[in-house]
Amino acid sequence: MTSPQSGSKPLLEVKGLQTHFFTRHGVVRAVDGVDLHVEKGEVLGLVGESGCGKSVASMSILRLVSQPGKIVAGEIRLNGENLIDKSEGEMRAIRGDQISMIFQQPVSSLNPVFTVGYQIAEVYKIHEDLKRSVGEKKAIEMLAKVGISDPERRLKAFPHELSGGMAQRVMIAMALAAGPDLLIADEPTTALDVTIQAQILELIESLRHELGMAVILITHDLGIVAEVADRVAVMYAGEIVEETDTKSLFAEPKHPYTQGLIGSIPIAGSRREWLEVIPGRVPNLIDLPAGCRFAPRCKARVANNLSICTEVKPGLEEAAEGHRVRCWLYQEDPR
Amino acid sequence: MVDIGHPSEFEAELSAGIEQAAGGLWRDAFKELRRKKSAVAGAFMLAILLTIAIFAPLIAPFGPNEVLFDQGASPRDSPCVHLLGCDEELPQHILGIDGNGRDFFSRMLYGSRISLIAGFAAVSFAVVAGTLIGLVAGFFGGRTDNILMRLMDVLLAFPALLLAITVVTVLGPGLINAILAISVVTIPAYARVVRSSVLSVREQDFVSADRALGVGNVRLLFNRILPNSLTPLVVQATLGVATAVLEIAALSFLGLGVQPPTAEWGSMLAAERNNVFTAPHLVFFPGLAIMWNVLAFNLLGDGLRDALDPRLNR
Repeated sequence: MTSPQSGSKPLLEVKGLQTHFFTRHGVVRAVDGVDLHVEKGEVLGLVGESGCGKSVASMSILRLVSQPGKIVAGEIRLNGENLIDKSEGEMRAIRGDQISMIFQQPVSSLNPVFTVGYQIAEVYKIHEDLKRSVGEKKAIEMLAKVGISDPERRLKAFPHELSGGMAQRVMIAMALAAGPDLLIADEPTTALDVTIQAQILELIESLRHELGMAVILITHDLGIVAEVADRVAVMYAGEIVEETDTKSLFAEPKHPYTQGLIGSIPIAGSRREWLEVIPGRVPNLIDLPAGCRFAPRCKARVANNLSICTEVKPGLEEAAEGHRVRCWLYQEDPR
Repeated sequence: MVDIGHPSEFEAELSAGIEQAAGGLWRDAFKELRRKKSAVAGAFMLAILLTIAIFAPLIAPFGPNEVLFDQGASPRDSPCVHLLGCDEELPQHILGIDGNGRDFFSRMLYGSRISLIAGFAAVSFAVVAGTLIGLVAGFFGGRTDNILMRLMDVLLAFPALLLAITVVTVLGPGLINAILAISVVTIPAYARVVRSSVLSVREQDFVSADRALGVGNVRLLFNRILPNSLTPLVVQATLGVATAVLEIAALSFLGLGVQPPTAEWGSMLAAERNNVFTAPHLVFFPGLAIMWNVLAFNLLGDGLRDALDPRLNR
């Protein structure tokens, strides 16, 4: 794995991103002050439970949050340019060309009435203004690149004729057709068999080296992160709670939530007495707790008898070099 | 891990098998359609009608407006077929002579042209207009949707024929105006069908995937959502031709559609309706032809609906 080039400007920089959903029951603060940065060519793992806001955060980066959601505050800088200020037309030119995305359900993410070749050729048509015949030739190259055997024949296949793994390969081919700098992969392997999962991850890994692109890998599976990501950001209830490189995250998880997550991974072959469980549930994003959002479920808070946790929200501070944590265990009580 | 870059042989083999079993959506539907007897019957009936309409000048023994009094015909002569024992001396008129001394068979043949053209034209116009309205309403939603669909509701509130009569009264009678009137009346049906399928298609994963790839609204609407909404539209349009054919005949029957002397089944029926007891063949055959036409499209439409309905797919 390549380490991020330090010193140079990051490819993507997200600052104070807030995406809220204005529902009848109240404001759902799905993403509430997220800071992220992705260096050129690196893989950032974005980890969290379902509903912690990781998908909304990624859709916000593409400015594709649908009603009643809205980006309320923050900056999203791609190569230094703030995407929030872009017009819808400019965003369209960026989507698929500079930032691409692949999704959890590969088969339903392909249009059922068109052939695979047509759909890949469309991407070339939109972003490079290539004729369909030229686009289809390039589509064959792309299909070969994502490891589909006999690409000429597959070109004429309809999505329902593909297996899940093949469909995800086609999705990747579409997403990478225009050569984006950043690929957002939203749980790309969740719907696939374990063996196919490994193949797809290897594919993403090898393509990012080949094409020199960065990847944001969104997942709830820490095993995948350990395997592929250079750096990891752990999300909880709309916030980043811990962020560091993969090695130190697994060697020395600092946030009690991360510790809990790692503790709850079953290890194949070994049979532990207890599979650790994080008690309680993710808080209601409409009615968030006053202090630290994890405080109600936190064992460390009880063990250390910290009263500040339920009263004042901790900031995301550096606890060790390059290791940022949002937890009072590592910060001075300001009171 | 073994052979990461390529799917296993097994997978390739497996999907090759699947590929043989399934073709495109339309090819599947066509196969399914052929299995339905009623649909095949409808298609067959329609084929006969189309053949007649296209080759009417070749099949018809006389011109549709040719008056045959000088060839020994008299008004409302009974059918005379030599093969069936009609006197060889008399001129042959398979379906007899109408009140103005014209060969009824020839007029019937030419009548199919008007009927089909009017049916297709009325539906085409209504489909185009209805699809546009439905697409825009379904895709953009909100106020646009509300305004457009309430407008459609107003149109739907009137009985179809009554509204068509009103439109023709305003525009004046004639074939083109009758076609226009019938299209306007049927626009809401197509708008609703398209809108409802757009509403479900636009929430599909592939639409968000396309957005993430930078596909614009117009392309999304016409190249992605419309093709996925076509199925119910095709069924509705096929059934719609049947209704349009019937309504054209009705308007002509009322004297608001095709004007004499043009041969049209509805107006032919109307012209001879007082002689139903003395010359029943002059009323019977146009009526039968209208029924034939309507039935053909209804059978075909029903078959298409079954063939294209994913819920009924095995």
